[in-house]
Amino acid sequence: MLLEINDIHVHYGKIAALKGISAEVDEGEIVTLIGANGAGKTTTLKTVSGLRPLTSGSIRFAGEDISKMPGHKRVLAGIGQSPEGRGVFPGMTVEENLLMGAYARRGNFSKELAEVYELFPRLAERKSQPGGTMSGGEQQMLAIGRALMAKPKVLLLDEPSMGLAPKLVQQIFSIIVEINRRGTTVLLVEQNASQALQIAHRAYVLETGRVVKSAPAADLLDDPQVRAAYLGGGAEAQVGAPAEETPRDAAEAGPASEEEAPRGGAATGEKTPPVAAPTRVEEDDESS
Amino acid sequence: MFSDFIHQFWPSTIDGLSLGAVYALVALGYTMVYGVLRLINFAHADIFMVGTFAAMWTVKTMGVSDLGGLALVGAILLSALVAGAVSGGGAVLLELLAYRPLRKRGASRLAALISAIGASIVIEQLFATIVVPQVFDLPKEKGKIAQAYHFVHRTDLIDIGPIKIANDRLIIFLGAIMIMIALDQFVNRTKLGRGIRATAQDPESAVLMGVNIDRVVTATFLVGGVMAGAAAALYYARFEEAWYFSGFLLGIKAFTAAVLGGIGNIRGALVGGVALGLFESYGSSLFGSQWKDVVAFSVLILVLMFRPTGILGESLQQARA
Ligand SMILES: Nc1ncnc2c1ncn2[C@@H]1O[C@H](COP(=O)(O)OP(=O)(O)OP(=O)(O)O)[C@@H](O)[C@H]1O
Ligand SMILES: [Mg+2]
Repeated sequence: MLLEINDIHVHYGKIAALKGISAEVDEGEIVTLIGANGAGKTTTLKTVSGLRPLTSGSIRFAGEDISKMPGHKRVLAGIGQSPEGRGVFPGMTVEENLLMGAYARRGNFSKELAEVYELFPRLAERKSQPGGTMSGGEQQMLAIGRALMAKPKVLLLDEPSMGLAPKLVQQIFSIIVEINRRGTTVLLVEQNASQALQIAHRAYVLETGRVVKSAPAADLLDDPQVRAAYLGGGAEAQVGAPAEETPRDAAEAGPASEEEAPRGGAATGEKTPPVAAPTRVEEDDESS
Repeated sequence: MFSDFIHQFWPSTIDGLSLGAVYALVALGYTMVYGVLRLINFAHADIFMVGTFAAMWTVKTMGVSDLGGLALVGAILLSALVAGAVSGGGAVLLELLAYRPLRKRGASRLAALISAIGASIVIEQLFATIVVPQVFDLPKEKGKIAQAYHFVHRTDLIDIGPIKIANDRLIIFLGAIMIMIALDQFVNRTKLGRGIRATAQDPESAVLMGVNIDRVVTATFLVGGVMAGAAAALYYARFEEAWYFSGFLLGIKAFTAAVLGGIGNIRGALVGGVALGLFESYGSSLFGSQWKDVVAFSVLILVLMFRPTGILGESLQQARA
């Protein structure tokens, strides 16, 4: 196991936010944590990246106990995070933000920088724009790109689709799949459970600080309880469709034109989740 | 009154610029610590005061007097190095003893503020009762040590029509500018400088990037202290006095300069410092020197009424280092 979370308890003051969470992420996987607001998803990620201390329990990463390792050292160990609310540095340009992602590393980062710009051409167009003036979706790309600059073994993504237009949601999920295909393990927290379950290999369902279910993602998509609690309604109406099919629900809800709708059934090797082929974030017509 | 102002315009401009440059250097320490920790480091004023004594000690030890020209530049440079080292070390120690233990226990901002005020009083009394009498063989009473050790021979270096610039004013102003350029390079070009900016803009994200916050905090106090020490040496060259309580008013003014420019904003501290120096100097030539502080603080209130975040203060999150 690349990442092992063993029965962790985490408190904010006297309030218990996590009451014994255990989860595992194997190398090459996409694992998703889903759950209602306040279930403890963000807290779990923050504890893994060292922003919150453990009350009890342990975290092992790449065979090493990192429970007591200070947060700033976990980046070098291989844990990268794109935090909830993005956390871009508002007064730094896009490129400075990306270079901050490589802060812990030595040497030349031009290769990684080129790779991030290739994944997110929008960032390349706006290299010298201050992070704080980027749109919400652009900041999300920036936060993910910045986390990639550290060349993490595992990438923790906290609600990467939050506040994005449906078309952009689709693109972000495709990019997550692509990042994973290129060899980065992903631990994904999402409100958009149907999308998350469609690209993930396995999933954990959190409720008030505890894991109430863990199963292969495809099973949860068919689980009546999960569907009732997290997959109901609106844009996710098509969720009942088999996982192999194209996740076109979000794309169709948005203004996306047909030719941009993702193709289904990527055949890029066994680790690849059964969904969207990698597409890059194309230029949005509404801006620029 | 107005004719005085016209008559005095160039001398007051030059005085205001050189004094304002000193305010700006001290203001940088307030603004950088605020940026990183959201803490008003009230003891920063006393770090400045310590610097004035270090500068005086340097002058006394060199045993020089009546210096002009390059010898004066050298003497001020040496005293600035000594004072910068002493104040920088003092600021790091201050953070270790007075702030870090609270921070590690997650204490409230208010607790840190109280600790800052306490530290300020401790440093002042330490100097009044022990350091000054023992190091400078001066009488034990806590009096003002005015006109302590003189070393500057003042001459007008530049004399063009109404503009006369004395050597000490010029050295102070140019010295301050050079320190500011060095700071700008440090903050914008070095890795640690980037870490400081990142921490000021989003501390949690900074940790996720691998920034060691403790190291950033130490560096911030060190840099702020060194600049306060250098400012103290420049101040000593101008007024040639040191006093255990001299940080108080100067500290308030430097803090005012930081707020005037927009606290947390480095360029704001520079603009605020120079602006305050000029207001004070013009106010003194307009209304008489006893009014200079009234004018300076009135301007502060006026500016904040119309621009609550200060001259260069956008929202704090946007603050560019
Ligand atoms: N800084 C804090 N201080 C006190 N309590 C907190 C703090 N942050 C989170 N909590 C509490 O911890 C619990 C878990 O919060 P967390 O942010 O991990 O939830 P989440 O699953 O990420 O929710 P969401 O989907 O809304 O982002 C909640 O009850 C929340 O109120
Ligand atoms: Mg959350």
